[in-house]
Amino acid sequence: MAGNTKVLGLIFASMHDKSVKDMTEHRTMGSIMFGGRYRLIDFPLSNMVNSNFYEVGVITKSNYGSLLDHVGSGREWDLARKKGGLHLLPPFSQTGSSEGVYRGRLEALNNVWSFLEHSKADYVVMSDCDFVTNIDFRPVIKQHIETKADITTVYGKYMYNEENKTLSSINVLEMNPDGKITNVLVDPLISGECNISLDMFVMSREFLSTLVKDAASKGKYSLIADCLQARANDYNFMGYEHKGYFTRIDSNKSYFEANLALLDSETRNKLFLPDAPIYTKIGDNGPAKYGLEANVKNSLIADGCIIEGTVENCVIFRGVKVEKGSVVKNCVLQQGTKVGSNCSINYVITDKNVEVSDGHVVNGSETYPLYVKKNGKL
Amino acid sequence: MNAKKKCIAMLLAGGQGSRLYALTQSVAKPAVPYGGKYRIIDFALSNCTNSGIDTVGVLTQYQPLVLNEYIGNGQPWDLDKMYGGVHVLSPFETKEGADWFQGTANAIYQNMRFIERYDPEYVIVLGGDHIYKMDYAKLVEYHEEHNADGTIAVINVSMEEASRFGIMTCDEENRVVDFTEKPAQPKSTLASMGIYVFTWQKLKKYLIENENANTGSKDFGKDIIPAMLANNERLFAYTFEGYWKDVGTLDSLWEANMDLLDPNDPLDLYDPKWKIYARHNHMPPQYIGDSAHIENSMITEGSSINGQVDFSVVFSNVTIEEGAVVNYSILMPGTVVKSGAVVEYAIVGENCVVESGAKIGASPECVENRDDWGIAVVGNNVNISSTATVLPKQIISENI
Repeated sequence: MAGNTKVLGLIFASMHDKSVKDMTEHRTMGSIMFGGRYRLIDFPLSNMVNSNFYEVGVITKSNYGSLLDHVGSGREWDLARKKGGLHLLPPFSQTGSSEGVYRGRLEALNNVWSFLEHSKADYVVMSDCDFVTNIDFRPVIKQHIETKADITTVYGKYMYNEENKTLSSINVLEMNPDGKITNVLVDPLISGECNISLDMFVMSREFLSTLVKDAASKGKYSLIADCLQARANDYNFMGYEHKGYFTRIDSNKSYFEANLALLDSETRNKLFLPDAPIYTKIGDNGPAKYGLEANVKNSLIADGCIIEGTVENCVIFRGVKVEKGSVVKNCVLQQGTKVGSNCSINYVITDKNVEVSDGHVVNGSETYPLYVKKNGKL
Repeated sequence: MNAKKKCIAMLLAGGQGSRLYALTQSVAKPAVPYGGKYRIIDFALSNCTNSGIDTVGVLTQYQPLVLNEYIGNGQPWDLDKMYGGVHVLSPFETKEGADWFQGTANAIYQNMRFIERYDPEYVIVLGGDHIYKMDYAKLVEYHEEHNADGTIAVINVSMEEASRFGIMTCDEENRVVDFTEKPAQPKSTLASMGIYVFTWQKLKKYLIENENANTGSKDFGKDIIPAMLANNERLFAYTFEGYWKDVGTLDSLWEANMDLLDPNDPLDLYDPKWKIYARHNHMPPQYIGDSAHIENSMITEGSSINGQVDFSVVFSNVTIEEGAVVNYSILMPGTVVKSGAVVEYAIVGENCVVESGAKIGASPECVENRDDWGIAVVGNNVNISSTATVLPKQIISENI
C-alpha cells in the first residue's frame, strides 16, 4: 500500500448490542469492558491507528454516553488531529424512516452521508466491536488493491456449531480456491471448521458510496443481506484470511470465556503485541497493591486494585478491592467492584461498581456464569 | 487570551542527583522512577495541577533528554494549555553570551522573561526531588492572608535531623526571624522544604540585586532568603503536616518506596481526589502466574510474575520467573529476574537482566558487622551474570 493512500476507518459501536443485552443495558457493545483495562472498541480503534489510518469515524446508535466519555477527543489513540483523526457520528436520520435510528450498515452510512462524501480517504475499512483481535489492516488493503476487488472481507477459521448459536448471527463464507467469495450463509445448519467473516470490510470509498446510494434508492439497508448475499457473484468479492488470534463476544458466556482466555500467555502474546499496542483511556490509578494475606494465582490484575484476599483464575479490572479472608475464583470483576471480607465468589461476572458485602457467598457455574449488573449490591 | 495569571510555578529540575550514583548516570534526578509507575517529578507536577496552577516552568540542565521527552506537552498532567501549561526551560544564549544555570536563584533570574509574560502576582518555586502531596493553593492563600513578601513551607523535623536542613526560627505569628542553612546547633526544628511563594515584584528585585552582587552561590537558601531577612521583608513560615520525603540518596529512595507498603501508608496513592499523574506506556494488565507468591507488594501493568515477591515495589513490564525470589526490593521498568536468582534489599534499575543463580543484596541479619550493610544497587541496562553476587552497599553500573 502506497504511503500516501488515505484510509478511513468506520467502527460500528452498537452492532450486536442485543447479543450481550445485560451488559449493553447502559452502554454500547463498543464500551463493554474487556481484559482488565480495555473496552471492546479499543481493539478496532487501536488496530486502525496502528495501521496508520488517516481518519476514523465511530457510528453509534443508542446508549452511547459511556462510549463518548471513553473515546473523548481520541487523544489516547493519537486521533485528536487537525487533519483526519477521530469523528464521532451519533445517529440522525436523513431518510426520516426510523426515528433517526438505522437498521443496517448501509442505512447508517446513508445517515452520515455528508461525512462519507467529504472524506478525503481513498479506501474505507469497516469493523464492528464484537471480535477481539489484533490485526494489521495494511496487508488487507494491499491485497484488496492487488486483486482489484470490489469488496474484501477479513475471515478466520472457526469451529462452528449450529447448536451453539447465539442471539448474534454469524456469517459463514463459501469461497473458491482462489479466495473469491461465492456465497454468504447466515447461521447455516452445518457444523465443523469453516471460514467466518470477522465483519471487517474493505472497499474503495467510491464503491461504498455507490452501494449506499443504490441501497437507499431501493429502500434497502443491509450490507450483508442486500448486497453480499443477494449479489455476491456480481461483485469481485474477496476474502483475506486473518491467521492471528481472534475471539467473538456474542453472549455472557463467550464474554466470560474470552476474558479468561487471556490467562494463557500465548493468547496474551498474540493480542498484546509490543509493536502494535492496544490503547485505552488512561485511569491514572496507582499500581496494584497486594496485602500481607494476599494469595493470587493465575490471574490478570489491573492497576489500582487492592488485593488482600485469595484470587485465582480471574480477570480483575482497575480499582477493584478484595478484602481479607475472601476467596474469588473463576471470576471477571469489572472496574470498581468491591468484595468485602470473608466472601466466597465463584464463576461470577460483576459489572462496574458492584459491591459484595462481608460474608456473602455467590456462585455461578462454569457453563452459566452469574452476571451482576452495574452498581448492584449484594 | 493573554490574561494575567495570579500564580505560576517554577520547578527546579536541573539537579544531577549525584548521590543516586548509578541511577542518574544518564537521567536527571527528577526523572528517576519511584513508586511503581511514577517518576519523582510527577509529584510536583500533579500537585500543581491538583492545586489549580496551570502554568509551570520546568528548569532543566543536567541530562535533560529523558526528562524533556517525559514531560512532552504536559498532557498527562493536564498541563497542555492554550495559554500557560508546562514549559521546559533550558539554559539559552543571549546577546550577552550563554551561561549554565549557576544556582537556584540564577536559574530563575535567567528565566525572568518567561515569568513576566504571565505578569503573575505570585511565583511558587519548587524542587523536583521530593515525594509529597501538597495543596499549593492553601500555601498561596496563607501568603496572601499574611500580606507576606515570601512564604516558606516548613516541616517539623527531629532535633537530630535538624542540622541537615535549612532551619527557620519564627516569632509567635510565624514570621521568620532567623534562617540558618544546616546549623550545627539548631535553634528550632522547622526545616525548609525548599518550597517558596514570593510576591513576584519583590522577588524580581532581589533576583536582580543578587545577580549584580555576584555572590558566587546565587542560591535561594544562601542568598535570597538571608537578604530579604536582612532588609526586614515579611517572610512567613507555613507549616506543612503530612508525608514529605527527600529521595536524594539511595537509602532514602529505597525507604520512600518501602513507605508505600506500610499498611498505614501516609501518602495514599489511591485517593481519587488527589491523583498522581504519570506518562503512560500502554501495557496490558499484570499477569500473576500459578507459581507466584506475592505478599505486601506493589506491582504495575505489563509485568509478569511467577516467582516470590515480598515487600517489594515492582514497576511496569518486569518479569519475575518461577523460582526467583525478590524481597524488600525495588525493580524498575523492564527488568527481568530469572529463575533461581535472589534479589534482597536492593534497587535494580531499568531494563536489567538478573540471570538465574545471581544474588543481589542481603538482609541486615546476614551481615556480621552492621556497618557493612546497606542497599545493593544495580544501575540501568546492566546484566548480572549467573555467577555474580552484588554485595550489600555495592553499586554496580556495568555488566558483571
